Amino acid sequence: MIEVKGLHFSYDRKEVLTNVNLKIHDGEFIAVMGENGAGKTTLVKHFNGLLKSNKGEVLVDGKSTKDSTVASLSRNVGLVFQNPDHQLFSETVFQEVSFSMRNFGYSEEIINKRVNFILETLDLSSYADTSPFMLSGGERKRVALASVLVSDPKHIILDEPTIGQDFHQKDKLRNFIVQMNSQGRTVIIVTHDIEFVVDCKPRVVLLSKGSVLADGSYDSLFSNTDLIDKASLMSPQISLLMASLGDLNFDPKIMDLYQAKTILEGKLKNCL
Amino acid sequence: MIEVKNLTFTYTGSNKPAIKNINFSIDKGEFVVITGPSGCGKTTLVRCFNSLIPSFYRGEISGKIDVLNLDASKSNTSTLAKKVGFVFQNPENQLFSLSVERDVAFGPENLGLKRDETRQRVDWAMNIAGIENLRETAPYELSGGQQQRAAIACVLAMKPEIIVLDEPTSFLDPLSSYQILEAIAELRDTVGITIILIEHRLDLVSKYADRIMIMDDGRIVLEGPPSNVYSEETKLLGVGIPKVSMLFNLLKKDGYDLGETPVTIEEASQKIRKCFQND
Amino acid sequence: MTTPVHRMDPRPKFLIALTIFIMSLLSMNILVLLTLFLVQIPIIYVAKSFHRWFNSIKAGAVLASLIFVMNFITGSTLVFSLTMTLRFLVLISAFSLFFMTTSPDDLGLALEKMGLPYMLSFTFTTAVRLVPTVALEAQTIIDAQRSRGLELDKGGIVNRIRKYIPILIPLIVSAIRRSTELAEALESRAFGVTQKREPLTVLKMKQSDYLVAATVFLTLLIGIYIQITISLPNFDNNVTMPPIWQFWD
Repeated sequence: MIEVKGLHFSYDRKEVLTNVNLKIHDGEFIAVMGENGAGKTTLVKHFNGLLKSNKGEVLVDGKSTKDSTVASLSRNVGLVFQNPDHQLFSETVFQEVSFSMRNFGYSEEIINKRVNFILETLDLSSYADTSPFMLSGGERKRVALASVLVSDPKHIILDEPTIGQDFHQKDKLRNFIVQMNSQGRTVIIVTHDIEFVVDCKPRVVLLSKGSVLADGSYDSLFSNTDLIDKASLMSPQISLLMASLGDLNFDPKIMDLYQAKTILEGKLKNCL
Repeated sequence: MIEVKNLTFTYTGSNKPAIKNINFSIDKGEFVVITGPSGCGKTTLVRCFNSLIPSFYRGEISGKIDVLNLDASKSNTSTLAKKVGFVFQNPENQLFSLSVERDVAFGPENLGLKRDETRQRVDWAMNIAGIENLRETAPYELSGGQQQRAAIACVLAMKPEIIVLDEPTSFLDPLSSYQILEAIAELRDTVGITIILIEHRLDLVSKYADRIMIMDDGRIVLEGPPSNVYSEETKLLGVGIPKVSMLFNLLKKDGYDLGETPVTIEEASQKIRKCFQND
Repeated sequence: MTTPVHRMDPRPKFLIALTIFIMSLLSMNILVLLTLFLVQIPIIYVAKSFHRWFNSIKAGAVLASLIFVMNFITGSTLVFSLTMTLRFLVLISAFSLFFMTTSPDDLGLALEKMGLPYMLSFTFTTAVRLVPTVALEAQTIIDAQRSRGLELDKGGIVNRIRKYIPILIPLIVSAIRRSTELAEALESRAFGVTQKREPLTVLKMKQSDYLVAATVFLTLLIGIYIQITISLPNFDNNVTMPPIWQFWD
């Protein structure tokens, strides 16, 4: 479990996070959302100890982050950064992906096994001996993802994983994330891509100007136009469509494409 | 305005052309959206419009590309800068001064314009882009959306006839994306400028676009007004068509034909409503 | 930042730093140097830059102590060694004051006005302008690699240096990528088309700027005159290192 208790964080004499309280249970799927500058990335950087605050506490699996190093916390909390070019430095993809395992002190045998496994899972096996700099943007993003997932952390945080990805890539990514979550890992996505997130049906934590604006299920938050406005987001298309037909008894909490189809087919049976 | 015939380009060191046999033309005042999966060649194509290809990016170019009566394949970017403005994906890496005003003045200054003329253009461009109040602010203090507006103002100050935007909303949050696309569409109405936009967020641009060009593997595979282009096949190409369009396609497949595929929520809503009213 | 010091034209500001520099070189008198040091403090307060100025003094403290020690060990008197140290600090202070209160853009404009080709002044100001961006990026890269278990504070000296490779390579790659993107944007805005540019903002010396320049220049002249003609009392107390510590002689 990741617990945040009364967290305040200031940078450059400006308060970036104000009184954040949060409890994330193992195996949950959370989307942290909000406008640029709301404090999303700042918040998740507390989960692996990159940031430590004097006011408030952050506990990961019962232990305060103040008592641990980033390296030790990173064994259980994997943080994938937004820009893969901020990580890539090795001669081959294999070396790149094995970096964290080496730092954690695993044996060559285990490293080989795990690296090959994760490369296979993410469709990167054919690139094992390629230089990461030769790969396309989307492929580099997968390498960055692989290099954090290789150590199989219990909690995974992805910072804006959809930027620069096209439709297919996003689809594959979403399926992969959902699979990781179904295998028992806690998944936390920081994003403002609402259409991407809506299909994951997550619990949503909305941040605005450093405080938690709302915390609940995606369908109740995303259909609340007030909240959406305050967080500078836009409601999912399907929800907006349903809302525009509210007088005809359509529910704006319906956000899934296929659900909407079924409902419409039911109601339209009569007039076609 | 732009005429392209059999345009093919291969980057130096690559064994496959990035774009193959491209044919199309763009008229004055059109709003054209170019989209497609990663690696389809859209980025390469638009860089031909202001001669970044082949003067900045080396390679083999063949075919014809006329931009405002200039052969862009034989010209250079500086010459075309007066006619074709370019806004890039990352707002931060386009602005480099310590005040927005100076960044906007950069283009006109480069053209060797007199101070009065530059001042006029700077004022006008900042006004149209809606950033009059950010004149003295440093670009790195602006939000992503403001930065892109500033980038647009920088380009407008050159008074181009065409403006090309390469995924300008990539780094912006949804609200800023919506606002900047609205501002871009307004440009077409107020200034009469031709707009070429590479964009993935088809749900936001469909209502403005006259034409959508879908590229795949270096070729244009589909082209036309949004409603014509958002069919089931398009989704298979790796293009994220608006969810309301997808919805109608799914309904059609199941035998519920509600007419032409809508491209906006309003259209979709209207069509469904009409159905109930006919009931 | 808008204080009267920041708003001053860079040229009289540079003249101030230069004057202090020249006067500190001309005098060997510890009281004169102390005055030169202290006279900057009110300027720093008006510029609201005390913290940043103090940080640069702190940064120079190491070298300053080295100067003191080297002088004292080799037989110079205590006061003499202090004088040398103080001179060094005066220099650091004066020039850091100049750079802290002058924006790179203004600096570039001043250089241009003094005849430097546009391309060069542009290169200079853009480089300065990119320093905070690169610093921020370096921090992000460090964060990203630490999140993969990289521990920069552990290990012997060779190992520690090697650990910076995962920081340097992404930094360089990012820098190249950024420069390419910037170059594209500049080309697209006709950079380099004409050599004759009429910049929108021109550096104009206001009355106050002329006044400052004149005052400073006058002070310099008086200072040189005093130095040449009047000999100020010598405050040296002739305290030197005890003979046991002297390695020379």
